[in-house]
Amino acid sequence: MILVIDLCYRDGSLSRDEFVGPVMRTLQEAGAQFAVRHYAAVSAPDLEAANAVILCGTALKDTGFMEHPGRFGWLAVFERPVLGISSGMLTLAGAFGGVAEPCPGIGMTDVRVIAPDPLFDGRETFAAYELHEFAVQVPRGFIPLAVSDRCVQAIRHRSLLLYGLLFHPEVRSEWIIERFLRLAEPALSV
Amino acid sequence: MKLGVLFSGGKDSLFACWKAMQHEEVACLVTVLSQNPESYMFHTPNIHLAGLQAEAAGLPLVEMETAGEKEAELLDLKRALLEAMDRFGIEGVVTGTILSVYQATRIQRLCRELDLWCFNPLWHVNQETYMEELISSGFRVIIVGVFSCPFDASWLGREIDRRTLDELRRAAKKYQITLTGEGGEFETFVIDAPFFSRRIAIEEVSRVYQNYNGVLRIERVELVEK
Repeated sequence: MILVIDLCYRDGSLSRDEFVGPVMRTLQEAGAQFAVRHYAAVSAPDLEAANAVILCGTALKDTGFMEHPGRFGWLAVFERPVLGISSGMLTLAGAFGGVAEPCPGIGMTDVRVIAPDPLFDGRETFAAYELHEFAVQVPRGFIPLAVSDRCVQAIRHRSLLLYGLLFHPEVRSEWIIERFLRLAEPALSV
Repeated sequence: MKLGVLFSGGKDSLFACWKAMQHEEVACLVTVLSQNPESYMFHTPNIHLAGLQAEAAGLPLVEMETAGEKEAELLDLKRALLEAMDRFGIEGVVTGTILSVYQATRIQRLCRELDLWCFNPLWHVNQETYMEELISSGFRVIIVGVFSCPFDASWLGREIDRRTLDELRRAAKKYQITLTGEGGEFETFVIDAPFFSRRIAIEEVSRVYQNYNGVLRIERVELVEK
């Protein structure tokens, strides 16, 4: 079961359909089983039941999730596959000491893969939709996988399936979420 | 949070408004009246009735005219949002954008420039679910513009009820278009919504149509009790 985490400003917020809805739709279409929780409501049993986690994005002005780093301490020891999308990337990197820095980006951007990884296997470049106020410094233990002209667009943990994407794969790049599901499959079938 | 809804009079902006009302306070509607029938950003048939729809909804309307030229119309939208901020204290904007990255990108950039929140509750929505919900929640929507095959003159003025939705499904499948007309295949006008205190009764219309391209212009209407 995949735990989809809503990072928006409030449980059941007006942003949920925009940032969690399209991820849910991609998972439904891929036939994946999932549960959705707001970040403030994630419990220990939720994490125990999760074979993988997807952290969704937020609105540009929505940075409330950054004020509660203590809620995400579990990411540093989770060890199962994680996909952090945009604000979710900041959250994942933050749990490993990665610092957010201002780097606004809105709209389609060209992403260039700089390190081989099965998540982007076969693609050297692709266009992606970005919507972010910040980017992140690559935390210790992670490597940059892809970049745009201005920001690191994708990172991965050196040994675990912990991915951070600055762009939004649920918009025009759903294939990346499907790849993540395939990579996470051994964990999902446990 | 006080919000302004970008409002065209069509189904997507009014459904987005209804969604916003369930979570936050909608303080006003914001309409940009484009003089260009092929406006890049703003839908145009019957936009002159936006005021009547706002009255039916019991919401104030901020209106701004634009010549409808590609990027200049964004400046006119900016003026409209500044007025909405000034008069109604809006802190955010709601749009009915479904798939258009072009539109979403421009509105997001503008909101950032004005330090406004931006909400797109229909963003990449499941279109089948959306159209079903539109009908089941009490929206009454008519087709007022057709701009591609197979939408001929017979579609102008039709209400999107379950029967029309079935036909739209068949057309969408056969012609590989979206169920919601997202590619501009047709345009809609809302005559009733769950938050309207009165509904719009259409008294007189005129049609201009040629070769899968036409508009139903609503000439005379009145607000009536529901």
